[in-house]
Parts: sequence; structure tokens; C-alpha cells
Amino acid sequence: MIATESLSKRFPRVTALDRLSVDIGPGVTGLVGANGAGKSTLIKILLGLSPASEGRARVLGLDVATEGAAIRERVGYMPEHDCLPPDVSATEFVVHMARMSGLPPTAARERTADTLRHVGLYEERYRPIGGYSTGMKQRVKLAQALVHDPQLVFLDEPTNGLDPVGRDEMLGLIRRIHTDFGISVLVTSHLLGELERTCDHVVVVDGGKLLRSSSTTDFTQTTTTLAIEVTDSDEHPDGTRAVREALHARGVDTHAEGAGLPGAGHILLLTAAGEETYDLVRDVVADLGLGLVRMEQRRHHISEVFTGSDEQRKEAVGHGG
Amino acid sequence: MAVEHPPAGPGTLGTSRGDQSRIHDIGYRGYDGPRLGRAYARRSLYSQSLRGAYGLGRSVKSKVLPMLLFAVMCVPAAIMVAVAVATKAHELPLAHAYTRYAIVTQAVISLYVAAQAPQAVSRDLRFKTVPLYFSRPIETADYVRAKFASLASALLILTGAPLLVMYVGSLLAKMGFAHQSEEFAQGLVSVALLSLLFAGIGLVIAAVTPRRGFGIAAVIAVLTISYGAVSTLQAIADAQGSAGAVPWIGLFSPVTLIDGVQSAFFGGRSSFPGGVGPSHGEGAVYVLVVLGLIAACYALLIRRYKKVGL
Repeated sequence: MIATESLSKRFPRVTALDRLSVDIGPGVTGLVGANGAGKSTLIKILLGLSPASEGRARVLGLDVATEGAAIRERVGYMPEHDCLPPDVSATEFVVHMARMSGLPPTAARERTADTLRHVGLYEERYRPIGGYSTGMKQRVKLAQALVHDPQLVFLDEPTNGLDPVGRDEMLGLIRRIHTDFGISVLVTSHLLGELERTCDHVVVVDGGKLLRSSSTTDFTQTTTTLAIEVTDSDEHPDGTRAVREALHARGVDTHAEGAGLPGAGHILLLTAAGEETYDLVRDVVADLGLGLVRMEQRRHHISEVFTGSDEQRKEAVGHGG
Repeated sequence: MAVEHPPAGPGTLGTSRGDQSRIHDIGYRGYDGPRLGRAYARRSLYSQSLRGAYGLGRSVKSKVLPMLLFAVMCVPAAIMVAVAVATKAHELPLAHAYTRYAIVTQAVISLYVAAQAPQAVSRDLRFKTVPLYFSRPIETADYVRAKFASLASALLILTGAPLLVMYVGSLLAKMGFAHQSEEFAQGLVSVALLSLLFAGIGLVIAAVTPRRGFGIAAVIAVLTISYGAVSTLQAIADAQGSAGAVPWIGLFSPVTLIDGVQSAFFGGRSSFPGGVGPSHGEGAVYVLVVLGLIAACYALLIRRYKKVGL
């Protein structure tokens, strides 16, 4: 879908993109980075609206430098900021935008009705946009990006300004864009947790550089960290401690759980060496006469990419100095 | 909302069997039809903007002013025709009516530009709709051309309609066909120039500010105040005996520019002091200045929108 080759964009004072090479396939791809990481710059270049300082990029097999118009015909774009005139209805506005994408008048009206229904706007689509809630406006913005049935959409921070429920609905909608509509998605966000659930693939950029690009399952791959929670008994008023000591006695180390978190003191984390660790835990708990409330595998969080990279950077700086 | 027994409303595939009548999600359908590309999008934007300039397809409130101004432009022409017909005159009551008409009604035209130029461009800037256009096949030049052409066309309708009324009326009153046609054609040429010039100036000013009110005030200031100042200076120059300076002063306001062009080449009476317009030589300078201004406005708009981008 998208391929960039040592793509750079330099402004007089800042380097927005620094030799970014990334390959993005079909599906939902998250583009993650802090504000100013170069996400929006990348989208502008991919839409063929801003020339790259060096390097090349192709979208849907088309060169961004020479075939921008052809790309923009097949691609949808939902900007981060407000972009809706308040004095027209959603229907009028989206019909107009459909025609701007080259749809004949009748098709523009049909597609508008379909698309607004798919993003979840019904009766209110005949009312002026000025009276809409933030969630509804985001839906109109999404609808105008989808109305011409593109092969790929760029969604710039689509969950910005939404409450948790609206956020979940928007993420569900984004997921459906790919699964039900068959349209690939490139969605930017600075919130990693969101993309974990929604995306097949995550690209992390920082300071214009590629930090990591891999599938979401790689990011959150099942690790061998086990979380254990046990009950207390009269014999062992602090069951957790008893288990920890018993495990230590058998040569199994436990990790300190993130301090300060509620309930953290009641959860033991340990690295499972293999199948036998599970049996060991079971036996230890049974011998102590305690109840095993839970024993589960812990998953990596995407956010660890950031903390990890920070450490790497510090190391790099340390080596340099 | 009525969920129990909704009638099959617009856009729903309701069945009327019991309370199972619900909107059926027929799933997503792709679009395989034609995509008509840039030229079509530009035409669509042109027609949408042209309709918008008369408030069509917009709220009732936004129809009031353009329609009112249109009526104000046409009524005097109709009255003149009526008078000419009633008195069985061989000429329209206003000498050189076709070319003079736009000059006499310039305040109305300026008001129209002031109201509609910001409507055409400031809204897209203020609500940041511009990036949505440029993320589609159309480019900066397409957008600018469509907006320029639509406002110029709207102005041509505004200024051309009364000329048409007078022309049709004069033919019905059996005034000389050849003479009337010639003057009508001259009138059309000069209002076409006026439409392009006023549209360009109005759009350049309006495109600078996302604030509509500010745009309106600025356009009125440039079009009307410059005319007042230039006329005053011309009168002073004429009274002080330096009549030679009068045509050159006239280069500094849009209305006197158009007046100069038509009185130099179409032999019309001028609003300049003494009623004498520029000579042919001076008139050529006027034409160059008008065309140069139109081109400059276009170039400025392109430059402006290169920056707005995304």
C-alpha cells in the first residue's frame, strides 16, 4: 500500500522526517508518535501535496512526486482539525465533497446517504453541522473521507477530543472500515493503547525517524511473565508473602510489581521457565492451603516501545559522551 | 423516536410486517462507477460557488441580500424602458445607457462584491475546509480559477441583466436595431471587464482574512472609498486648471478605470469632470492597467492558496 525509501523532509529550522524507510501493507496501520514526530508531514508527502527533500515514496504503487492527483483520487483524508462549515447540513456537505472527488451528481448523493449511514448518522444528517456534537462532527469528517470509496484512508488523530465512549465507537468504526468496507487505513495517534486494539500493524516514529515497525501481535506478543494472585487464610494472613517465600525457597524469583498501583501488593510476577513453572506454582499454592485467584500470562504493552527507546537513547548519549 | 411502527421513510428499506420493520443494514457497497476527475470537480465547484453567490442552495437568510441587490439593479432599467415606451422616445432616457449604467450603479455593485467575495472564499478559510479540497484531485489553480470565474460570472449576471432588460425593451419600443445592438455589445464588453476586475479585487482582499465582517469592510473601503477619493482629486485638479492630470488620477480606482476604458473607446460620456474621458492613447494605458490588475489578482490568489495548502 505505502512504501517509503529514505524519505526526508527538512524545513529551514527543523528536520521533520529523517531518512524514513517503511513498508506498509493492507489492513489497519497505526502511525504512532508524540506531537511533532512527523506524522502529519508524512501524510502530506504521501498525498503528493508537499515534495520530499530527498528519498522516494509510493502510495498504491503510484509515485507521490509525479502522480499526486491519481493518488488523491483513490485515497481519502480526514484531517485532525475542524474542517466543517457550520451552516450546511452533513448531507449537503458530503455530497459536495463527493463531487469534488469526481463522483457524478447522482452517485454522489447515493454514496453520501450510504456513507453517512455507515458512520452512524441518521436523521440528524439533514440538520446544519453547527449543532452537532464533537462525536457527530468526527463522523461527518470520516464520511467525507470515505464517500468516494477510496482504497486507502489517512485518518489524522480521529479520536481527538472524544469522550471514552465516543473513542471506543470511533475505534470500532475504524476497524470496520477495513473488515467490512475493505478499505485500508493509516491512522495516526499519540495514544498507544488505542492502536493496540485497533491496528494490525504499528509504525512508531519519533523525531522523524522510524523507531519500530511491526505487527501488533509482535508488539504485544505473549511473554513468559506470569501474574499470580492468591487468597489469604488464617494460617497465612498474608498469602501473597507466603507464596513468594515458598517460591524463593524453591529457587524461583519474583519481580516487583509496579509500585503504587492499587492491588499491586497482592500480585506476584514471575518469569516462567516453561510448563513446569505452572505446575510448581500450583503445587506451592496447594501445599500452603491457599486459593489461587488467578494465574495469567502478562502481555507487553506498546508503550514499552517508548520507555525502551528512551533507555536506548540515553545509552547512546552515554556512549557518545 | 418512533421505533414501533415507522412508515418506510426516506432512505430506509422498511417492511411493514409487524414490529419487525427496522432499517436493514444492507452492508457496505463499493463504488465502481466513473470518476470524472479534475475538470469535472472544477466545474462542480464553479457551479456550486455561482449558485452560492445568489444564495441558492443556502439558507433563506443568505438569499436576501444578493436577490435584493439584483432587483435594485434591474428595476431602474425596467423603469427607463417603461418611460421610453410610454413617451414613444427614440432613445433611452439615459444617454449612452448601456455603458453608463454600471458606473451610475457602482455603489450597488461594490456592495454586492463586498458581500459575496468573503462568502466565496473566507468561509473555506475560516472553517479550514480548504485542506479537504486539496486532498482531492483538484489543485490550487483549479480552486482559484473556479472561485474567480464564479464570482466574475455572478457579477456579469448582476451587471448584464439590466443591460439585457434595456436592450429587449428598446427593441420592443422599435428603437434602431443596429444602434441599440452596437451599444448593447459595447456595454457587455465593459461590464465583462468590470466583473473580472471587481471579482479579482474582492477575492484577493477576502482571501487574506478568514473573518467575514473584516472582508466586507475592506472590500467596500477599497472599491468605494477609492472612487470617492479619486473623483474628489479629479474635481480639484480640474478646478485648479490642470485638466491634463485628470485622466492619470483616474487610474487609481477600479470604477474610474472601467469608466475610462469605455469612454475612451466606446465614445460614452464619462463621469470625469467636464464629462471628457481619456484619449485613445491614455485609454490604451487604462486597458493595460485593467488587464494587468486582473492578472495580478489571479497571481496573488494562486500565491495565497499555495500557502494555505494542508
